[in-house]
Amino acid sequence: MSEELLNTEELNNVTETNDAVEINNAVELNKTEQLLNKLVETIQSKAGEDAIEDSKLNFNRPMIVIDASAWQHELAAMLRDNEQLQFDLLSCISGVDYDDHMEVVYQFYSYTLDNYLMLKVKTNRQSPSVISVKQFWNTADWHEREAYDLLGINFEGHPNLTRILLQDEWVGHPLRKDYVVDKEGLGLD
Amino acid sequence: MSIRTEEMILNVGPQHPSTHGVFRLVVKIDGEIIQDANPVIGYLHRGTEKLAEDLTYTQFIPYTDRLDYLNAMTNNYVWCNTVEQLMGIQVPERAEYLRIISMELNRIASHFVWWGTFLLDLGALSPFLYAFRDRETILDLFVKLCGARMTFSYMRIGGVRFDAPSGWLDEVRKVVKELTENIKEYDLLVTGNEIFQHRTRGVGVITKEQVIDWGLTGPVARASGVDFDIRRNDPYSIYDRFDFDIPVRTKGDVYAKYEVRLEEIRQSLRIIEQALDQIDKVDGPIIAKVSKIIKPPAGEIYTRAEGSKGELGIHLVSDGTTKPYRVKLRRPSFVNIEILPELLKGKNIADLIAIFGGIDVVLGEVDA
Repeated sequence: MSEELLNTEELNNVTETNDAVEINNAVELNKTEQLLNKLVETIQSKAGEDAIEDSKLNFNRPMIVIDASAWQHELAAMLRDNEQLQFDLLSCISGVDYDDHMEVVYQFYSYTLDNYLMLKVKTNRQSPSVISVKQFWNTADWHEREAYDLLGINFEGHPNLTRILLQDEWVGHPLRKDYVVDKEGLGLD
Repeated sequence: MSIRTEEMILNVGPQHPSTHGVFRLVVKIDGEIIQDANPVIGYLHRGTEKLAEDLTYTQFIPYTDRLDYLNAMTNNYVWCNTVEQLMGIQVPERAEYLRIISMELNRIASHFVWWGTFLLDLGALSPFLYAFRDRETILDLFVKLCGARMTFSYMRIGGVRFDAPSGWLDEVRKVVKELTENIKEYDLLVTGNEIFQHRTRGVGVITKEQVIDWGLTGPVARASGVDFDIRRNDPYSIYDRFDFDIPVRTKGDVYAKYEVRLEEIRQSLRIIEQALDQIDKVDGPIIAKVSKIIKPPAGEIYTRAEGSKGELGIHLVSDGTTKPYRVKLRRPSFVNIEILPELLKGKNIADLIAIFGGIDVVLGEVDA
């Protein structure tokens, strides 16, 4: 009898916490949705109505896709300095090679406002190039050099865009999808 | 009469014990003052991100062991967690507890290595022996859990590979008690030592603004007053169930980093103690029902966890096949040493080793 009682009590507790979690999630979702709207609004006001190619919540975090032509210094400065955005930490920059274009993906975080942003900047495959954001976040320095080294993406305005992981004489950019491994040259064959 | 001086280039590394791996620092000095420092990395580059594109999701797990090889459990975890999030897999309770216990044990082991080798860098030999004595007890636990001392590959997508063998959890409890006692020796042996204090206090100060600007994370950031720990601020796994403090210091010097790491060891022990109490009541599977062929839906995600060196993040792009389309590893050590040129400029050459050692890097992770 007492065991049964305990079980039902436990069950009640579980449902209660589940409800709490759901409510929390709803509040959280609302907050990120508002942030996404805010972001879209401010980016459009800075870079033009059609600057944003896509915007959505990706795993409950804002994700925005823009073209390299819209990714300008003023926009980067705004992401960092705008009162309501304050993205002071640039966690990560990654280059991704798709068949028809390349992307530079920025992971932003705001220590003060606890907000996230995944910003994807599209550029062409023939001569991929985006602006360097080292002047706004010094941490971009090596991330950009790495993306240049492994994917051949040019970061306009970077003070020292040289290879960082591979040796200086290396030919090609290994993370490009059409890169052919020189097995003979590497002594693998 | 003025004395003629000229600048000199000093090449530190790549093969040098205090670089903790293969790392080269080209230092330009005028007298004893560093004018310019230029880090050269890539000696250990294995192309992990490139290799990942040719492996299945499960096959990539052993490669993560070899990034920060002193903290392989967290590396395992971040990779598995990234794939799980993308696929929406719910990890069983017991597996979560085993993950927490092994990750926190690993954090302690990693900080022990730092403590020992950092003091070795400063010229104190015996602390190294104490640190490795204690680290060994943790590695013994890992051997019993998964058969490996450093490259564990213990976690799987959906859970962990092995349940704790019988009696293992009691052994962990014993080790936690033992270590809690042993840590006191660390303070008695080193913390109050005057030579040690002279070489670390006020040395290599990093301001809070610099930390944020250069993207530094982990103990290095917390020593400069950034009150942020992913385990608390963006909880993953089941960290929200434990009561622990995040040590923060504001001075930003090497001594502050030392204090933060020592305190983190104590807090990790606290987490393990609580996890041990809770896991007793949790039974059940240690891995979720995941199909043999892992095929996440097309999409992308960025996840992160608090490694012993800082924010360990993975940006994963999936095209819906059995192999990842693109994996970008955000290695904390790589980001943390970016600041070196700015940090070393104008410092005395005698402080170089202490400043570099204070950051705590693992070159396997820097070069990936």
